[in-house]
Order: sequence, then structure tokens, then C-alpha cells
Amino acid sequence: MAELQPARCWRTGFFFCLLLFLSVASGSLVVVSGSNETSGGPAGDTPEDPHHQTNSTTHKKAFPVLSFNYQDVRKPFVISLWILLALLMKLGHRAVMILIGWLNLSFTESLAALRLICSVQLLLTRAGPTSCPNALLDNKEPSVTHVVSSRHETQGLHDGFHIIPNISNVVPESCLLIGVGLLVGGIIKAIGEEAPVLDTKLFFHYLLPPIILDAGYFLPIQAFMENMGTILVFAVVGTLWNVFFIGGMIFAVCQIEGVQLAGVDLLSCLLFGSIVSAVDPVAVLAVFEEIQINELLHILVFGESLLNDAVTVVLYHLFEEFSHAGTVTVLDGVLGVVCFFVVSLGGVMVGAIYGLLGAFTSRFTTHTRVIEPLFVFLYSYMAYLSAEVFHLSGIMSLIACGVMMRPYVEANVSHKSYTTIKYFLKMWSSVSETLIFIFLGVSTVAGPHAWNWTFVISTVILCLVSRVLGVIGLTCIINKFRIVKLTKKDQFIVAYGGLRGAIAFSLGFLLTDNERKNMFLTAIITVIFFTVFVQGMTIRPLVELLAVKKKKESKPSINEEIHTQFLGHLLTGIEDICGHYGHHHWKDKLNRFNKAYLKKWLIAGERSTEPQLISFYNKMEMKQAMMLVESGSAAKLPSILPSVSMQNIQQRGSGNRRAIPSISKSREQEIRKILRSNLQKTRQRLRSYSRHDLMIDPFEDNVSEIRFRKQRVEMERRMSHYLTVPTNRQETPSVRKVCFEPEHQVFTYDNSESPRDPRARPDPGPLDAISLVSESQGPNQSREPRAKVPEEQEEQDQLKLSRCLSDPGPNQEEDLS
Amino acid sequence: MGAFQSSPGQPEYVDLKEKTGFSISQIRVLHTRFKLLGHNGETLKRDHFNSIPDLACNPIRSQIIEAFFDRRNFRRNGEGPVDEIHFEEFLMVMSHFKAPSPRMIEERESVRREKLRFIFNMHDTDDDGTITLEEYRHVIDELLSLTEDLGKDTAKGIADAAMREVASTSMAHMEPDEFFEGITFDHFLKLLKGFEIELKMNVHFSMMDTPTFCK
Repeated sequence: MAELQPARCWRTGFFFCLLLFLSVASGSLVVVSGSNETSGGPAGDTPEDPHHQTNSTTHKKAFPVLSFNYQDVRKPFVISLWILLALLMKLGHRAVMILIGWLNLSFTESLAALRLICSVQLLLTRAGPTSCPNALLDNKEPSVTHVVSSRHETQGLHDGFHIIPNISNVVPESCLLIGVGLLVGGIIKAIGEEAPVLDTKLFFHYLLPPIILDAGYFLPIQAFMENMGTILVFAVVGTLWNVFFIGGMIFAVCQIEGVQLAGVDLLSCLLFGSIVSAVDPVAVLAVFEEIQINELLHILVFGESLLNDAVTVVLYHLFEEFSHAGTVTVLDGVLGVVCFFVVSLGGVMVGAIYGLLGAFTSRFTTHTRVIEPLFVFLYSYMAYLSAEVFHLSGIMSLIACGVMMRPYVEANVSHKSYTTIKYFLKMWSSVSETLIFIFLGVSTVAGPHAWNWTFVISTVILCLVSRVLGVIGLTCIINKFRIVKLTKKDQFIVAYGGLRGAIAFSLGFLLTDNERKNMFLTAIITVIFFTVFVQGMTIRPLVELLAVKKKKESKPSINEEIHTQFLGHLLTGIEDICGHYGHHHWKDKLNRFNKAYLKKWLIAGERSTEPQLISFYNKMEMKQAMMLVESGSAAKLPSILPSVSMQNIQQRGSGNRRAIPSISKSREQEIRKILRSNLQKTRQRLRSYSRHDLMIDPFEDNVSEIRFRKQRVEMERRMSHYLTVPTNRQETPSVRKVCFEPEHQVFTYDNSESPRDPRARPDPGPLDAISLVSESQGPNQSREPRAKVPEEQEEQDQLKLSRCLSDPGPNQEEDLS
Repeated sequence: MGAFQSSPGQPEYVDLKEKTGFSISQIRVLHTRFKLLGHNGETLKRDHFNSIPDLACNPIRSQIIEAFFDRRNFRRNGEGPVDEIHFEEFLMVMSHFKAPSPRMIEERESVRREKLRFIFNMHDTDDDGTITLEEYRHVIDELLSLTEDLGKDTAKGIADAAMREVASTSMAHMEPDEFFEGITFDHFLKLLKGFEIELKMNVHFSMMDTPTFCK
């Protein structure tokens, strides 16, 4: 609990600020809604509001000091309100409980806070949904009902939030958000407005792309490629199986007498099957991010949900076409298969082209760093839209674009732009995910429903059965080809993780209107709710119960990186010796092609030839340097920075220096700039919500004051040890150590340094020494406890001076020997 | 050393199957390849490996080849290098790359140890049970040997950083006058704890193409 304290402290503080802001905003809201009501009430015609207002107040054509024109800004205003609501909900489900607990808010106060939210919602309902603005134009509700219902709902909301602290550990966020959506929808309905629905255009054009781009850009490409075969089988064959099984069985169910479903023909059943059988990436992401499952299972389920888009798109269009035409020929079937390849490969092609273009563009942005991130977003969005133009798979196009672009863009853009890209992707995807789930809830309340017990229940059961059968059947085949077999547990999680989501809903919404549409929609919503609520809630306990391997805490380890590289080459070598052209062989070929051509074209400057290991190393160095500066002193984080210095490792006094001379001048400059800019704002970083963490700061999580103090003591002990080292020790005088010491100490060591064994010394010239100091200045400087250095330059000069004095050149050494 | 006839028949295959765990068909495919590499000879020499064209651009080629001529990898408690290997030894080395069977949850640790031991032996060239800094630097050097314009210094820097990491993970606190000799196998195991080598260090022997056309 002690370590929770600071986090909680600022979090509540933050939330308090937000509350303050909201109260101000709500003040304006009240004004807005109030005037809206007063004007809208009597006049009953909102578009004439402004005139009415001004006329009624002045009656003369005087210059309007304060005019009112809400209509002009209504649309963006409403959009921002929805987004604000989404964000508040995201914030709410964790922060509200802490806030209430910590501030010990009185009932009235919390009521006020909640009323703010209510008034936001009220305004929403007045102003109406973004998707169907027409519905709002005739907004003539008398204000009394508003007040009454708002009171009422405030009470309800209040209770709702009190329950949340208890359930938020059990219920995944997606469920909570749907719940909020239901609530909002309920309010809207209670007021008598027409609730907005999850508009298909809005969904596919604005809400879905950010999530998919985020997923594609940060796709663990290694794991994805290694399991490509399995994922493809699940995505293509599995989805096909699901579609035909569900469609066929539903048709069979419809034939049963006495269920009033006789009018449903086979084609519409198959159409329904194609909508309801695809695993949804948004839902999968939302649930799987929270349960922290191991990478293999995550990529299997998530990859499937991404790649089955092509199958779904093709089948959907195919069956829709057929159900209009009424007849199916063999030729149609063949064309369907061809269409599948065109849609999927075409999507990938479009994405890859845009990705390459994006990478190529980012090569030339050295002088306009500010707009760099925008290129990434725009090219990806264009890729998505271009694919949609031809009815290709937009999702696959986005994924291909993100995957293609990432390595080159990352090498080209500056560190800040890289952070910006990351942040924006996470932000957008988080907002749209929240909005999607809320809208899902709202449109559930709004939508016209046609509940048919037989149909709904058989759909849910069939979805489960076909998923289980499909996974088990396919793993039997897949396991014959896999090196690492899928165990029973894996199969269970893959089957259980097949969540349905908003894509299915939007597709269902696109169905042509007839009496079946409502029934289908209801069934789809039920399936979505069942999977998200029941499976989503139970998957975490099940994962723990079955002891499925969790995602490991990954700390960047240079040894692991080395061995990843090493193993890659080793396996390629073994495959070559066996004469077997396998996975590693082609990966190697691809890497070589990449290095020989693509990197030269797409990456500017020196980084194009940099092997992966070195860039990893550089990145790590940079991170360490930043962490050091941010933490103020090295004493705090021994886990990140090795507490052992080279002197413990080195055989003799020889090359006991940190040789990182290959860091170029520009890179060094970059590091230094980051260091400097970070010095000022050491501890004021904000902690973002878990899924969208930008940088995992391992030390921030578990640093308590006690531990900090302990480390301090430890560091001081070590320092004093340094100071009391006997001067005649010959083995381990180290340059590194010299760097830690205050300046006057250097000379003490200087004496002890001279008699060291010169044979093993790889003649560090004076030049080398200088560069060494300036190099080590980055990562090492703040190890020195006294080095709270704002004036780096000065200190560096001093160090340089002392180093030049302390480090004997090669000539001197030869003399000594 | 197992003296083989030029074409071992079924009984030898069965024998080898028990020793190495390969299936008969896998052994047959590997034997064809073995004969192809050795120009139908009974043994393979380093030159035979050196003449594999695909291997030529592998940065750690020499280490891979050495692994095939290292007695430690023959599972026979031997030490030191040999000059030529027979098919049995070839299979023994190859068997380190065999995928573990699905039901080997309890054996996982042993598979892991065995595979890591193989890599450890590749690093530990002088066979003294520790990977010293010099040896580790050599590994990095080799790994980066295909990139032309890099100084040795970068490789050295990486090796040093890696070594520091080992030292700090395996020894919690070291006094400045203590000396870290090198990575022992225990350190090595600890170091790559999160690195699921049992799932990674596998080659698909069963799906091998007929190796005749790829020389």
C-alpha cells in the first residue's frame, strides 16, 4: 500500500483538476442548455434560436453584445462531448472510486460531480447524436422532464459508480463501457429522444481505422510471421467452417415447425452466418490486453481476428449478392474464391505500396520534424480508404501498411516524432475503442428488436459449438505441421477467446431492411453481449485456473537480443546444412534483401547499414541514459543499470572502459539533448492508463521511499568504499571509476594507475580518452550522486581536463614498461 | 567411433533412432544429405561444410562448423575437437535441434538445459566451463562480422555491456575488488531464463524437402 501512495496521490489530484475543469465546463453547459431550453421551449423551433433570442431581448436592431448561435457549432460540439464522455468513462471506472475514497466526498458533492456527467448527457440528448442530426432538429422536449429525469438518473448513476469499485477487478473494461452505453441509451430513451445508433459509416470510416492501425503498427511481427500458417488456417478455414456450419444449422433450425421461422431461406441464413462468425479484433484486443496472456495465444487469436476480415468481406458481399439474385451457380462459387484472393492480396498490396511510400517520404523529413508523425497517419488512412474504394480488405491493407512502414519510419524519424506517433496511435485507438463500446450499448437500447427465443438461443449455442469444433478440428491438422504443438489448454483459450464485436453489428446494420433484419440484429447483439460479457468476464479466472502461461515481464536484455540474433543465424546455418529451405532460410533471405536494397532506399543516413543488434544496443543505451536523468541519480535503479562496473569483469586493467565510440556525433547530440530537456522535469511525468502506456518504466512501478533510501545508503557505502581503496592496488583502477569520482579524487587514482600492467592495454591514445569521456558523459554522469548537473558542459570540460591529465598516453606507458 | 557401412540398412537406422530420437524417415533424409555433402564418403570434414554455398554468408559459420566437430556435442562425455565425423555424430549434433514432443512438460527443463548447453559450448571455445569476456567478445565480433564498416569497438562495447548485465544479474552486489571470471553455465541458464529456447531452437526435420536439388 505504501508504494501505491504517490500514484494515488497524484491520480486523485489529477482527477480533482478534471473535476474543476468539468465544473467550469458544466457551468457553460448549463448556460447553453438553459438558454436552449428557454428559447427552444416557447418557440419550439430550434433553427430559429439565435434570431429569436436576440429579438426577444432587444426588440430593436441594436448591435448584439452577446449573441448566441449554437447551431453552427453543434456538430463538432456534440462530437467533442461524446469523446469527452468516452474519456470520462475510461477515467471514471478507475479513478472515481479512488476519488471518492480519498477525498471522502460528501454525498452532495459527489452528487454534484455526477450531475455534471448527467448534464453532459442531457446536453447530448438535446443536441443529439452525431450520426443522425436530423433527429435533433425537432427537439421540443419541455424542460421539466429533463430536470426530473436528470435527478432520477443522477441517483442511478451514483449507485452505479458505487458498485464499480467492487466489480472493476472482475469485469473487463469493455463490459463496463457497454454498460455505460446502455445507461446513456436508457437515459436518452427515457427522455424520449431517438438514441443514436452505431452508424456503419462512422464506424468503418472513423472509429475502426485507429484501432487497426495501432494494432498493425505495433504488431509483434516476429511472432506473427512464425505462426503465420496457423493464423491463416484459423482465419480462413476456421471462418469458412463457422460460416457454413452456423448458416446451415440455423437453416435447419428454421425448418423446425412451430418456431415461426419458416420464411427464412438458406442464403440469408448463410449471410447471417458470415456476419456472426467472424472474431472481432476490437473485442479481442480489449479483453486480451487485460488478461496479459502469453504472446503465442495472443497472436493466434488476435491475428485470426485481423485476417478473417477478408473472408468476412467476401462472403458477406457474395451472399448478399446471391440473396438478391436468388440463384447460385458454380461459376459464382469460383468467382467467389477468386474474389477472396483479390480482396485479401489486393488489400495487402495496397497497404504495402502505401507503406513503402510512407517510408520513402519519411526519408526526407529531416528538416521538418514536426509533420513527420502526420505522414504515418495519413498514408495509413489513405491505404485504408483506397482499399475500401475497391472493396478490398481495408483491415489487411492497414495492417500491411503499418507493418511495412514501421521499421523504416522508426529509423528515420526523430526520437520525439517516434514518441508522438506512439502516443497518438494509442490515444486514438483508445478513444475509438471506448466510443465503440459505448455506442454498442447505446444502439442496443435504441435499435428495433425482434426477439425470437428459438433463433437467438440456437444462434448463441451454435456459435459456441462451431467455434469449439472448428478449433479442435483445425488444431488436429495444424499440429501435424507445427514444431511447437498447441496443447489442450491453448486450444481452449483460442476457442474461448473467439469474441464477437462491433464489426458484426455494423455489418448486420447494413442488411437490407426487411422483417428478418431486426431478428438478425437482435441475435447478433445477443451473441456479442454473450461473448463480451460471459466469455470476457470468465476468461481471466479461467486463465488463472488453468495456469496458462502469462506474458513475461520483458526487460530489455542485451543478452537476450544477442542470443536471438545468434539463434537466428544458427538455425539458418543448420537448415542450410540440412539442405532444407525452411522458415529461417527465407527469413534470412528476406533480411538480406532488406539490407541490400530496401534499407538503402528508404532509410536516410548512416542508420541504414546498422545491424539490428547495434541499433538495439543504441536504443538501450539511450533509454538508460534517459532513465538515469529522470530518476535524478543512479542509486535508485540498480535493476536497470548494472550495478557492476567493468572493473569486476575485466581481466586486467586493460580495456576497462566502456567502448561505445561508434555512436555518431549526431546521435550523441540527440542523447544529450534529451538528457538536458529531461533534467528540468524530472518527476512530473503523468502516469497513463495501463493499456496505453507509452514507456514502461519498471522503476516507477515499485519504487517506494524506503527502497529509495536503502539504495541511497547502498550507493553511499559504495562511494565510501571507492574513497578508501588502498592506493597501491594495481588490478582495478578504472576509467569508469574515475568518472564517478569528484574531480579531486581523480588525481589520487592517477597515482595508482600508472604502475598497472601495460602489456594488455590496447593503447588508448589521448584522443580516445577525450572521446571516451564525452561519451560516457551521457549515460554515466548522473551516476555520480552529486551530479545534479544542469551545467553539463562545464562539468564535461572539467572531466575532460582531468581525464587528459589522468590517463597516460601510449608513449608514457611504453616508458614505464 | 561407430564404423558404418557405406549404406546402413534398416537395423542401423533403428539403432540410431533409439540413440537420437529421430524417426526412421528423418534419419533416411539426413543420411542422404550426409552422403551428398561428403560426396558419398563415410565421414565429413570441415572442408565439406565450408563448401556449402548457402552457409557462405552466415556470419557465425565457423562456429556452426566447429560445433559439428566438438566432442562435447556428441553426448558421449568426450572433449576436444575432432577432425572428421561419421553419420552418427552428425545425427547427434542434429538432434539438439529436434523439437520436443508435446507431452514433455516435465522434461522441458532438461530439454532447455540441453539446448542451452549446446549454445554455451559454442561460446565456450576453450572448454573451461566459463565464457570469458574475450570469448564473448569473439561471439559478438562474429555476429557482426558481415557488416563492413563497423569498428571492433562497437562489438566490444556490446560485449562489455552484455557482460556487465550478466554480472549484475548473477551477482547481486560486487565489491570493486571482486572479480567476475566469466559466465558459467548456471549464470547462462539464469541469464536466458525468459528466453524460451525450448520453443525456439527447433528445425523442422520432418518436412524436409528432398535435399538432392539444393546441392
